[in-house]
Amino acid sequence: MEANPKFKSQLLSADEVRRALTRIAHEVVERNKGTQGLCFVGIHTRGITLARRLVEIIRSFEGVTPPMGILDITLYRDDLSEIGLQPKVRETRIPFDLHGKAVVLVDDVLFTGRTARAALDALIDQGRPSRIYLAVLVDRGHRELPIRADFVGKNLPTSKTEVVKVHTLEDDGEDSVELWEH
Amino acid sequence: MTVTPDTSAAAPTPRSLLDFQGWSRAQLESLFETSKMMQEVLARPVKKVPALTGFTVATVFFEASTRTRLSFELAARRMSADVLSFSAATSSISKGETYKDTLLTLDAMGVDAYVIRVDAAGVCHQAERWLGKPIINAGDGWRAHPTQALLDAFTLLEALGSLEGKKIAIVGDILHSRVARSNAELLPRLGAEVVACGPATLLPGTLPGVQLSTDLKTGLTDADAVMVLRLQNERMDKGLLPSLPEYIAGYQVTQERLDWAKPGAPLLHPGPMNRDVELEGPLADSSRSLVERQVANGQAIRMAVLYHLLVGKKPRGES
Amino acid sequence: MNGELLIQHVRLVDSRGEHGTADVLIGQGRILSLEGGDARRHIDASGLILSPGFCDPHAHLREPGQEVKEDLTSGLTAAARGGYSDVVSMPNTLPPVDRAEGVAALKEKAARIGQARLHPAAALTQGQEGKRLTEARLLAEAGAVLLTDDGRTNEDAGVLALGMQYAASWGLTVSVHAEDAGLRRGGVMNEGGVSFRLGLPGNSVYAESARIARDLEIVRYVLAQLGGRGPQAKALLHVQHLSSARGLELIRQAKAEGLPVTCEVGPHHLTLSEERLESLDPLYKVAPPLRTPADAEALIQGLLDGSIDCIGTDHAPHTQDEKELDLLRAPFGIPNLEVGWPLLYTELVLKRDFPLPVLLERFTDGPRRVLGFEAIWLEAGAEASLVLWNPDQERPVEPQRFASKAKFSPWAGWKLRGWPVLTLVEGRAVFEGLEQPA
Ligand SMILES: [Zn+2]
Repeated sequence: MEANPKFKSQLLSADEVRRALTRIAHEVVERNKGTQGLCFVGIHTRGITLARRLVEIIRSFEGVTPPMGILDITLYRDDLSEIGLQPKVRETRIPFDLHGKAVVLVDDVLFTGRTARAALDALIDQGRPSRIYLAVLVDRGHRELPIRADFVGKNLPTSKTEVVKVHTLEDDGEDSVELWEH
Repeated sequence: MTVTPDTSAAAPTPRSLLDFQGWSRAQLESLFETSKMMQEVLARPVKKVPALTGFTVATVFFEASTRTRLSFELAARRMSADVLSFSAATSSISKGETYKDTLLTLDAMGVDAYVIRVDAAGVCHQAERWLGKPIINAGDGWRAHPTQALLDAFTLLEALGSLEGKKIAIVGDILHSRVARSNAELLPRLGAEVVACGPATLLPGTLPGVQLSTDLKTGLTDADAVMVLRLQNERMDKGLLPSLPEYIAGYQVTQERLDWAKPGAPLLHPGPMNRDVELEGPLADSSRSLVERQVANGQAIRMAVLYHLLVGKKPRGES
Repeated sequence: MNGELLIQHVRLVDSRGEHGTADVLIGQGRILSLEGGDARRHIDASGLILSPGFCDPHAHLREPGQEVKEDLTSGLTAAARGGYSDVVSMPNTLPPVDRAEGVAALKEKAARIGQARLHPAAALTQGQEGKRLTEARLLAEAGAVLLTDDGRTNEDAGVLALGMQYAASWGLTVSVHAEDAGLRRGGVMNEGGVSFRLGLPGNSVYAESARIARDLEIVRYVLAQLGGRGPQAKALLHVQHLSSARGLELIRQAKAEGLPVTCEVGPHHLTLSEERLESLDPLYKVAPPLRTPADAEALIQGLLDGSIDCIGTDHAPHTQDEKELDLLRAPFGIPNLEVGWPLLYTELVLKRDFPLPVLLERFTDGPRRVLGFEAIWLEAGAEASLVLWNPDQERPVEPQRFASKAKFSPWAGWKLRGWPVLTLVEGRAVFEGLEQPA
């Protein structure tokens, strides 16, 4: 499919990832004026891991565990032809009523905005939250849709041919964000 | 979001679902996985996803079957595909208008995938040759009805957990049954042992991977699940069965006979059912019956099949 | 010596074997000399083979009534292209050919067309209804060469016995499509593992063998009835398009016993088998059905040892639309006249070392013997109904170029050798496919 991508540089270290997430967690609670009605929905795959981290961080300083759901946006993508030939629809599970909630959608990288658009559609089909926020670890620019993140771990200008890889301890054995060239 | 390529079922999905030839076990299991996700969609207040927006699915029924047609059409609509619905008696086909004419006319309307039901084996294969598009066989003659077998297998998997080493009995007119043939093709691949049983005149000489028996007791003994087929009245007309009472005496699945099977073994029936013919009436409504699950699962399975066949493709007209 | 056509440097091969290279001079419808002479036209036939013209005892030319499938012009042109100088047309037309006038009309029209020669078969029973016998004597006089209800499997044993008994007096053989209708039921392919798996109605080998066994008993009965009064030179019964090893075995035994029976086999039963139906393409729907590879193998042996007398193409053209119906509704049959010889030359002689003279016998003298025609020998004075063919040049089967109206073939794309390049009927070229020097 794609030519072998080449490693270019590390953008965030494990410590920087941890600090970024801690900061986002505090900003979320501050913006929401507490944890009342707050919930998290992670987008497959690493968005789920990051959402879990954020929930855990909030629990550690607020003593409250906001509910969390997981979201697969495969069936909401507008580019079926680009999914590739392997159909893989993953689980969507939101084990609480979204009605009236303040939902923080969590993803690893914000790029064109299409994933976030699909996630918003998918989320709205599940219920009617009072507010949806978008939290991402990295915003790398190049938006194709009028979408912006409410909480950003780090803004990283990239070129379109570059690839941003987010690694997490749970999924990949270490926390890091790397820049690769196509 | 970073996309990790999935390598678990590496071979591309076959173009069509004509039968299970060309479908690997991994691909079939992936279909079942997707079907589970579709069940989640069907459990929502908004039972619709935009996955197939822009695609057009034609249901082409040369043989009437309202239930199957509605199931496919609802599945397509729930995936946001446009639906083009065509029904014609095959009698008009033999009177000069050919399958090919009909299909090419529909094709000119910009169809992306076809669901075809017909009373003769092989028309779906012919259609694929003429159209070069994904074809879902919704039943061709006695030959195959793959989405029925998939929903049967999916329902069995829900009920039994796994089919590995499980004995599944199929009872009735095996010779003329596309449901039996498709299940005979699918269930052994999922690890099940299939015993097909019915009157001697309604059994094929052989069926690969399936044990055939004229003895109902042999068929039902220790079965983990029992699939009962519909008996068509025309078998009597063609002289293959002496009478209905004769069939009932030998092969009706009754409460008493069901006791030969494992305790609690569930009952399946592809519908529509002839109550008190192939199945004792009260059994049809008992907790043993999975008929309603089969119908509900049919939706999820058909949504999954449409998705798997169209994923990676663009709607026609889009460059 | 003076002639019209001189075929130079040509290899002569017939059923008796190879006869070296000769310069064949043709004139007045005959072979004038094998040693050259003067002629208006010369053909350099280096590398080509000259053989007696082929004779097909079984072709469906569809006229009258089904000209949309084939007519005499297209059918006899197809025959000429296939190397045939003589063709027997089956009488299952609309209406069936069951009266002398019908036979005469066909012969007259065919003569005007001037392609391969036509020898109509006539119905055994009026309207092919299996009840009242047709007028064998009048039919024979008009030129009918066989009596048959082919196209149907008329079941009445009594009618068949009377028919054979009566036809024998007028020198006519009865030929049968030997399948028991009750056993055959609605079968569209060979009954067995493949049909069970594909969910297609099967037609058992036993439908053929049971019918052959019965019809051979009828031959024994008729012989007893006739006492010493017959039959004459020809057989009482000719079994058409044999498809199975079981059917063949019955005929082999009958011949060993001395029963006056003959039989034929079609090119498809020798080269194709039931697995082809896995494509679910009605192209492979023929009657009797394609059997197993073992059956095809047995039939090749039967063709070799003479148990099978000849190749009958069972050329059975249909429209493309009809052949694109489903397997239950599509009609049985495929067009074979234009591929028969190159197909069997390539598949049997070139690929399996089947002796060329034997294969030629089954295309020339064999069918002529069955029909009571005289053999054609490659010698001075013989009738110049001949075929010149190319044993080396390879060409794919291209149904779209068929002269037959049926432009489809299960052998489409098969690369074959042995294609006829010139067919002569009484010295007249009815087909010429020679590459003309520019
Ligand atoms: Zn015939």
